[in-house]
Amino acid sequence: MDKIQLAEFIKSLDSDLEVKEGKQYTEVIVPPSKIHSLASQLIEKEETLFDFLACITGVDYGHDLGVIYHLRSTKHQHMLVIKSRTTDRENPQFDSVADIWETANLQEREAFDLLGIKFVNHPDLRRLFLTSSWGFPLRKDYVDNDNITS
Amino acid sequence: MEEKVKDTGTEEKQDYIINIGPQHPSTHGVMRLVVSLQGETVKYVEPHLGYIHRGIEKMCESLTYPQIIHLTDRMDYLSAHINNEVFCLAVEKALEIDIPDRVKVIRTLMSELTRIQSHELFWASYGMDLGGQTCFFYGLRDREMVLDIFEETTGGRMLVSYNCPGGVMYDLHPNFQKRVKEFLTHFRKVLPEYDEILTNNVIFHERTVGIGPLLREEAISYGITGPSGRASGFSCDVRKHEPYSAYDRVKFNEVLYTEGDAFHRYLARVEEMRESMNIIDQLIDNIPEGPYAVKMKPVIRLPEGEYYQRVETPRGELGVFIISDGNKTPYRVHFRTPNFANLSVLNHLVKGFKIADLISIFGSLDYVIPDIDR
Repeated sequence: MDKIQLAEFIKSLDSDLEVKEGKQYTEVIVPPSKIHSLASQLIEKEETLFDFLACITGVDYGHDLGVIYHLRSTKHQHMLVIKSRTTDRENPQFDSVADIWETANLQEREAFDLLGIKFVNHPDLRRLFLTSSWGFPLRKDYVDNDNITS
Repeated sequence: MEEKVKDTGTEEKQDYIINIGPQHPSTHGVMRLVVSLQGETVKYVEPHLGYIHRGIEKMCESLTYPQIIHLTDRMDYLSAHINNEVFCLAVEKALEIDIPDRVKVIRTLMSELTRIQSHELFWASYGMDLGGQTCFFYGLRDREMVLDIFEETTGGRMLVSYNCPGGVMYDLHPNFQKRVKEFLTHFRKVLPEYDEILTNNVIFHERTVGIGPLLREEAISYGITGPSGRASGFSCDVRKHEPYSAYDRVKFNEVLYTEGDAFHRYLARVEEMRESMNIIDQLIDNIPEGPYAVKMKPVIRLPEGEYYQRVETPRGELGVFIISDGNKTPYRVHFRTPNFANLSVLNHLVKGFKIADLISIFGSLDYVIPDIDR
């Protein structure tokens, strides 16, 4: 399946999805509450079979917080990028995909630890590297006058 | 600490809880494992991280692209050259620069030497973990020759920082080819000794065969890449699937097993050393002439956008994800490090095995802790 067919197929899964061609990979933009349903379809459907989750990246866009997933299919060898954003900086919530890909467990904990992004239905969402009183260092408004000098 | 363990909801009061690390020799770095035991059987193991968290991703946001390369050395210090390479490849891809052939071959040669020395250290320390002190001396003796080659050309032994965007920092040392050939001759002679002393050792077999088996589907779901994933039959060699540098012009086999136990994870690494020697053989006499770097602008700015690049390190797939807003520093850098992904499987593997097997399984996954914590 080439890139265009893949984009067409993903569009057919849900009409709300926005699919576009990125510089490298096909990108899908989903609302935070639809990540889980999209992910469970992507791993099961024979046409996509995205069984390998390469990485989960949390990003602070300034106004928004976002999560980016890099997926790959070990059978078809194609890649897909899923992006999601929320404007709620106080209580950012995304669906957890830890029950779909086991590797998501630690990666979501990392995003929680460094950006304060909460993953709904994560089995064990705790801080990973830092203590619980620490701020969220990868946020752009993080202030640490002791350790960060410009 | 005990309260934290209770939080997971998997512990019971009668369990015996012990700490391994953060200063335990078999963790090869500062990682703490909280192990819950019933008798000698492991019920649950929980890694506690962050002892060497330096905030590399945060630091990247305030450094320029050439500066970040020196930080990538310090993630997985045993594959420093390959870490440099992934970042340079990402920058070069974003700027759409064509790299001279000479650079591609030099990078491939250096990558494979890095792979050999990393697997040698794995062999040495794994043998030592399981009670074979001799392995440690043999392994480090031979690894020294590779480090000497690095030192001569790059000036560094472990943290080489040899790559730069557009090429490599300096040309190869005139002795390079001679030294590499000397090393290969020597290493071909001693590698059968490695097999005699460890691979065919009956005590080693007792401690590794059938220990911590991992199925292919599990390996994929947990994101286990590198020799650990390939020992379970998961074909994940980036050098094969998405060739970078000069890997498209060499012939080599992807080492695959289906058993997936500690012994085959070990065996995959030993066999990879042989494959790496084959790759070096094919390239060492064919290093093309030409410039060793293309001239770059003094200040590198990536065009706005997102870039993902992956390479194969001795421990698995290393990915770098750069978001650029067009400035001289990146907006966000994320490293998909192989050790971090491989760590997630530890509890799954050791559950139900004895505490002594924990050391065997932990060693066979070949963790480098700074790569986990970043």
